[in-house]
Amino acid sequence: MTHQPFDSEHAPHKRWVKSSHWIITVSFFALVFTGVEMIMVHPRFYWGEVGNDLTPVLFELPVSRNYQHGGWEKSVPFSEVAGGPVSAARTYDIFNQNGWGRSLHFLAGWFLLIPGLIYFFAGIFTGHFRKHLWPKEFSLRLFWQDIINHVRMQIPSATNGPHYGLLQKCSYVFVIFFLMPLIVMTGMTMSPAITAAYPFLLKIFLGAQSARTIHFLASISLVLFLVVHLVMIIKSGFKKQIQAMTIGK
Amino acid sequence: MEKKRIITRRKAIITGLTSLGGLLLAGCSKPLPPTYGNILRMGDNLTYVAHRALLPGQSLAKEYAYRDISSFPATGTTNPADSSKPAFNETYARFHKNAFADWALPIEGSVARPGSYSLADLQKFPSRTHITRHTCEEGWTAIAQWTGVPLSTILQSVGISPNARFVNFYAYDGYIDSIDLLDAFHPQTMLAYGMNGRNLPVPHGAPVRLRVETQIGYKSMKYLERIVVTDDFIDMGDSGWAWYTGI
Repeated sequence: MTHQPFDSEHAPHKRWVKSSHWIITVSFFALVFTGVEMIMVHPRFYWGEVGNDLTPVLFELPVSRNYQHGGWEKSVPFSEVAGGPVSAARTYDIFNQNGWGRSLHFLAGWFLLIPGLIYFFAGIFTGHFRKHLWPKEFSLRLFWQDIINHVRMQIPSATNGPHYGLLQKCSYVFVIFFLMPLIVMTGMTMSPAITAAYPFLLKIFLGAQSARTIHFLASISLVLFLVVHLVMIIKSGFKKQIQAMTIGK
Repeated sequence: MEKKRIITRRKAIITGLTSLGGLLLAGCSKPLPPTYGNILRMGDNLTYVAHRALLPGQSLAKEYAYRDISSFPATGTTNPADSSKPAFNETYARFHKNAFADWALPIEGSVARPGSYSLADLQKFPSRTHITRHTCEEGWTAIAQWTGVPLSTILQSVGISPNARFVNFYAYDGYIDSIDLLDAFHPQTMLAYGMNGRNLPVPHGAPVRLRVETQIGYKSMKYLERIVVTDDFIDMGDSGWAWYTGI
């Protein structure tokens, strides 16, 4: 077999790219699954540091029997000040599977974080990001043209390696350098031990509940990315794409 | 004569490594909660070990201003004196009837001076007051002011043994849980008897509850009945919930 230079037109996917891709794929499914479970336990979202059933909601999702269950005793104020904070005891037996949901979420989180970090640093030091992902040829005209092509479902057929179109590069860069770091960091901002050590997390995301809301919105964005990614794989040649990302050389 | 040397270099190295291994084993007797072969509990332990290795141990959880105090739901057990509920406890009901005047908290186990502390005894220690955010595993948060005695003060008062590793808590509503000494000696970890400037209300764990500000809400046990300091992790069986919940 002849040696092929790294940045040749026909370079296949590197082994570390394939491995991290599939480990992260599996962990992503586990994270989404348990993420949905956790939303079902408390389907209310807030902004700032504080949010619970007795405080104003930003938006709520009708996704489980916990949605607007209304099972609360009469509110008792903490002080005589009118309109001040109150407490109320919950009488409703809520849906709650967070025992395994949370633990599986964090276990899967490790399988996202560690291969993610290896991928990130390998991507920098091997020049993978610079050579294959960074949209060097970027211009608004080309970008717009590529969007039009995608809307018309004119998708270039699959190659055997990291040879991407402009819109494809831009979406990969957005996921790798923005959405993934954002979802990991907002996740950590919900951790009492991590925010005690690194309080700047609460500052940059404007509070624990804002972080939870941003975490949710970022997860929706990643799921949408996955849907488009799958459609593009099917449209450009499913069998060839899967081969290139697994056993293909 | 080579044969007459009592300690060869190779022997010295092997002996050294073996004894070092022995020391490590002794130092690590039950260092982690059991996993019961459950992969989720293994993940919990990984998170625990990583937090202990990577995070500065005694950094304080964010403290808030008085105006930040928010409404605060009472969940889980909200009254062990209520005979219509499964968490009903007759002893607690008697204390409750008596406004906790004869309630006392025994602290025993690996301690030099085991004792029992009444509410008045606890209030005689220098108190700590802070306003912190309670993070519930369900996903909600609430901010409240807590007043109490730092757990470290009590542990120093009873004199824990040098081998002690865990502090176990037993509650009147049947809950049993433990924390390691790093969290037990965290400056914000306290036995709280006051909430928002008043006595701790019954729905929030009267007369005394634990506050562990570096972990999720369910570690801050309500309705404390007894504290036991132990050298080993006391296996309560797999509750299905993570033991370490710094995340």
